[in-house]
Amino acid sequence: MSQGGMFYNILSLGVPFSVALLLASLGEMFNQRAGVFNLGCDGIMCMGAFLAFLPPYFLKAGALAAYGNVLGLAAAVAAGVLLGLLFALVTVTFRADQGIAGIGLQMLGWGLAGTLFRHYIGGVTGVPGMSAWAIPGLARIPFLGGVLFNHNLMVYFAFLMVPASWYLLFKTPWGLKVRAVGTAPRAADSMGINVNRVRYQALMLGGAMAGLGGAYLSLCQARMFADDLVAGRGFIAVALVYFGRWNPVGILGGALLFSFAQTLQLSIQVGGIKFPYEFAVMLPYVLVILVLSLARQARMRGPAQLGIPFNREMRY
Amino acid sequence: MNKFKLGYGAGVILLAILAAAGAGALVLTAVGASPIATYVTIFTGPLKDLFGVTEILVRAVPLILVALGIAISFRSGIINIGAEGQMLMGILAATAVALALPGLPHGLLLPLVLLAGALGGGLWAGIAGILRARLGVNEILSTVMLNYIAAQLYTFLLRGPMIDPGELETGSGTPQSMRLPHSAWLGRLVPGTRLHTGLLLALVLAVVVYFLLWRTTWGFRLRAAGAEAKAARYAGISVERSLVVAMVLSGAFAGLAGAVELTGVHHRAIENISSGYGFSGIVVALFGALHPAGIVPAAVFFGLLLVGADMTQRSAGVPANMILVLQGVIILVIVSAKMYLNNAYAQERVRRLLARLAPAKSQGGLS
Repeated sequence: MSQGGMFYNILSLGVPFSVALLLASLGEMFNQRAGVFNLGCDGIMCMGAFLAFLPPYFLKAGALAAYGNVLGLAAAVAAGVLLGLLFALVTVTFRADQGIAGIGLQMLGWGLAGTLFRHYIGGVTGVPGMSAWAIPGLARIPFLGGVLFNHNLMVYFAFLMVPASWYLLFKTPWGLKVRAVGTAPRAADSMGINVNRVRYQALMLGGAMAGLGGAYLSLCQARMFADDLVAGRGFIAVALVYFGRWNPVGILGGALLFSFAQTLQLSIQVGGIKFPYEFAVMLPYVLVILVLSLARQARMRGPAQLGIPFNREMRY
Repeated sequence: MNKFKLGYGAGVILLAILAAAGAGALVLTAVGASPIATYVTIFTGPLKDLFGVTEILVRAVPLILVALGIAISFRSGIINIGAEGQMLMGILAATAVALALPGLPHGLLLPLVLLAGALGGGLWAGIAGILRARLGVNEILSTVMLNYIAAQLYTFLLRGPMIDPGELETGSGTPQSMRLPHSAWLGRLVPGTRLHTGLLLALVLAVVVYFLLWRTTWGFRLRAAGAEAKAARYAGISVERSLVVAMVLSGAFAGLAGAVELTGVHHRAIENISSGYGFSGIVVALFGALHPAGIVPAAVFFGLLLVGADMTQRSAGVPANMILVLQGVIILVIVSAKMYLNNAYAQERVRRLLARLAPAKSQGGLS
């Protein structure tokens, strides 16, 4: 394999590889911008992956088979919104400790997906998943065409979500509200913003996006479901929010960095340099710790009230 | 008023239990099991014979140890989610020591092995502690990542350098270490069962943790740093140092739990040896109100739950992952209920609501 070929492979594989992280991480960005640290992201991704897998699996031969993927995505979004609501109830209304509650939500989502999977499906089975759709014209651009414009629709959607999230967060009244309740909830409150309602909305949006991230894993990336399909990607997504400094563009960079590191390692192995499989699996997790250690400066610029519940009646 | 306070607390706890049991029932119905029958099996099945009872205690031992460590970390203001990985590192260290020094007498080797386990877990947790204290790295994220890394290291070592040579000869290649020498085994408490002397060790350590944290200046410093870091710093306590100390100690308990499980039950390092104790331990610690006196009964209760869940998997075909769902729900319910238990404001609101609903009664009994 020539060097250019390997480079091309890393890029064209790395771009779709980043999508699950990108979607979940953009969602988590909205949560954190609104002041809620949602570690349950991983559990939401598990449920999203499982529920997205169900419709295409059961409709395989039926008349509705063509809609399997669409129904799956809808189910994943619905599950994400519901789990986001549950997390909002616990952390916003009941004002519970967000870190511990997040671990609870992660166990709940992970366990529930595994329980239902084992009961209704049992073994590993594949689904057809979503096929690539080359953008006419653009896909024929040499090199770039294959890297950017020859993927399934979810990839395009995820990359369009980057500018869309940026616009939503920085250029719309709702985005301003989100940033306000995460930075100065008391001031937002006295300006007539319902802090808790905005936090609820942000958590529902974040949940929906985490659900979609999970759905991408089962429908597009692995085209099957397994207990450990998500494998902590939800936690990596949370870390990427720090790395990206709560900014969609930074998060895109982080997600790409992660997936390129993954594909680079894959192609090094394919290229004949062997190192133990376990160390390859370990790589992203080590990278997260490194990234978090280096993101010290970034944390100063994070939402000031991140992780602190808002109590309207409390006086300081 | 006092009577009302008690009733209020009991009401919150009752609601919490109902919420958790209700959520569990929903999931059980979804997998086609009868919730009541399943709950009955879970809570009475293991109590039917001596073996079942000892099995509960066998599960309770690692739960107590892990939960004690988690209580230390939570009380000191640093959240350790990494007990699962710390257990694995403890098991690796303990196995290595036991296999390297097979000639030592029982009285010397066993303590050494247990100590190695604690050291392995403590050092692994120390990474997260130092990262938090020095670089402000969120310890929840770093401990979760360290879990994944430890799991990979563990399988790598069991499949490669530490694999039982016998497995390679027979060609079955099961990833497991050699059997530990008998001098590294914990004794049996009840002959014919798996219950081992690790239970006594866990109970003793529960008392030790109580004294360390609540009866010494050193423990007071840790708890002060956890309760209010700013005030503690103002009082001259090095908050950063106590974060690291608490994390190392917490990991040491998890590592010890791994070593006890190794020397007491399995006698060799195998895959899935930690079987989720690291996560269940978090639930046990929270359920036991982060206090040794609560943790011991909570661990027995969750031991019952774990054994019962295994039984329902066999008898009713309910997947054992179900326990993970229950644990997640219990965590959510506990952290929610906690905000209402000591909340004078919510209490007052409930009191007024009750007074409005039954004006005559409140004047007589509750005021």
